[in-house]
Amino acid sequence: MKSRGLFARLALVLGLVFLYVPILSIMVFSFNNSRLVTVWDEAHSPTLKWYAALLSNGQILGAAWLSIRIALISASGAVVLGTLAGMALARFGAFRGRLLLAGMTAAPIVMPEVITGLSLLLLFVATEQLIGWPKGVGAVTITLAHITFCMAYVTVVVQSRLAGFDESLEEAAMDLGARPLQVFLRITLPLILPAIGSGWLLAFTLSWDDLVITQFVAGPGSSTLPMVIFSKVRFGVTPDVNALATIMVLIVATGIAIATVWMRYQQRRRERDLQLAAAANLSEPLQS
Amino acid sequence: MAFLAWLECRGVDGVGGRLARLTQATGRRLVAGVPVLWLLLLFLIPFIIVFRISFSEVRLAIPPYTPLISWRHGAPSLELYGSAYSFLFTDPLYISSYLYSLKVAAVSTLCCLCIGYPMAYAIARSGAASRPVLLMLVVLPFWTSFLLRVYAWIGLLKNNGVINNALMYLGVIHHPVALLQTDFAVYIGIVYSYLPFMILPLYANLEKHDMALLEAAADLGARPLRAFLRITLPQSFAGILAGSLLVFIPAVGEYIIPTLLGRTDQLMIGRVLSDEFFENRDWPVASAVAILILLLLVMPIMLFQRLERRQLEAVK
Repeated sequence: MKSRGLFARLALVLGLVFLYVPILSIMVFSFNNSRLVTVWDEAHSPTLKWYAALLSNGQILGAAWLSIRIALISASGAVVLGTLAGMALARFGAFRGRLLLAGMTAAPIVMPEVITGLSLLLLFVATEQLIGWPKGVGAVTITLAHITFCMAYVTVVVQSRLAGFDESLEEAAMDLGARPLQVFLRITLPLILPAIGSGWLLAFTLSWDDLVITQFVAGPGSSTLPMVIFSKVRFGVTPDVNALATIMVLIVATGIAIATVWMRYQQRRRERDLQLAAAANLSEPLQS
Repeated sequence: MAFLAWLECRGVDGVGGRLARLTQATGRRLVAGVPVLWLLLLFLIPFIIVFRISFSEVRLAIPPYTPLISWRHGAPSLELYGSAYSFLFTDPLYISSYLYSLKVAAVSTLCCLCIGYPMAYAIARSGAASRPVLLMLVVLPFWTSFLLRVYAWIGLLKNNGVINNALMYLGVIHHPVALLQTDFAVYIGIVYSYLPFMILPLYANLEKHDMALLEAAADLGARPLRAFLRITLPQSFAGILAGSLLVFIPAVGEYIIPTLLGRTDQLMIGRVLSDEFFENRDWPVASAVAILILLLLVMPIMLFQRLERRQLEAVK
């Protein structure tokens, strides 16, 4: 028992090293003065010059701004559609089209991205021919494509959250005369809010990061940040991309840290509430 | 309205009850209908279009393929061509790309499993306090850019990259070893990018195991390895399958990793599709390639969906 536990623990440590060494190496070399990137220039490093170069690079900044706007809209759209789909799948029992909906929300998650991208572009080309819309591909078609593949992830997150707690609370509210919309707004929504929040963050990240699908449905003048990065790194490492990666990793790490602290706080508050409720329950029979 | 609600909760099947049920039915239809409609329009119909274009021929026009129905002598005639498919099966480039993609995906999935299983096992057996931290450490890289994580390996693997420099410094090698643009680099890239997808389902499975079974086996004299092989491993089969499918299916069509890290003389099928479309502007052949990838993956995808459904029902 002991030796195997040791083996698994060693594998875990090595695996985590494997996961983090590449990220750390990018961060270290972002301070390297040399254009050769991986050859450390002892005399002039560390330097912040690649960060300065990044801040004056209009192409990268413009692409980042476009990516942020697309990700904000896509994540919000995906959350609305994904929550509706998750509700239908988790709560409506067997309805007509359930199998269709279940299949169509699960498939995009594993579907190779080249196929999703190709099929969406061919759709946009076909609708432009038929009804004259959209007029060419660009930010709008990118957003539509992102909503479509992001909503699948939100659906899974919301659906498993809904499956995690039973329907008795909603049924109780119904029995007490609440209308379906009321039940949703006052009971269901607060319960699944954490899932909706993490679904939104997941959708934002996926949209912000997507390259393959975006490449198919993007047009001239609508280059997102991953597209700009890809065209830069396709033929090797470039020092300013290292600086960009470092900034992005730091933002994500800060965000995750804040989210973790906040969730810990929420959980502690919930536990305290539960303790108070338990204490109140204990004292109740004494009073009556 | 309050009266209607009162009637309803009294169980009186009056006008109110029927009205409420009517609005509820409409509401439900709306809730399920909107996402169904969206996905029909932007997921299912696009596939039908791909299927249809795969049976047309290239022509110099906008759009660059032959129409489904053409008018000949005043009568509509259906135009279906199999030339895109026969082209795929006669040119050895495509067959070898398919086989190569399957091989790369299979090897990478196996490596992922061999690395991910002990990691998931160690997390599932660690203390309750450290488990969320370890899980977060595994998932955290997933939140940073996929593209940049793959890019990081260029710096590590290239000829004057970190690994070669370190090995030369240590005197293990005297000339740089070609690591980039090899199969090895693609395996590393896929394992590195998809490892969390293997670990999470495995962890979810291993965490639920009943430790009493292992104790019973130990009491009955089973050695740890034997107990693992006879009890833990068979019980974690569903987790192994889910994790493997989550890695294998997207790996077959992977585009970024082989383009940045892989060989230039042997392309994977996702790259072939993209090149046919963007470089050769041959939409019918690109569509036929997509349809054949789907045919390859339809079994694993359906298997994955069944697993997913069963898991959600188990949560219930």
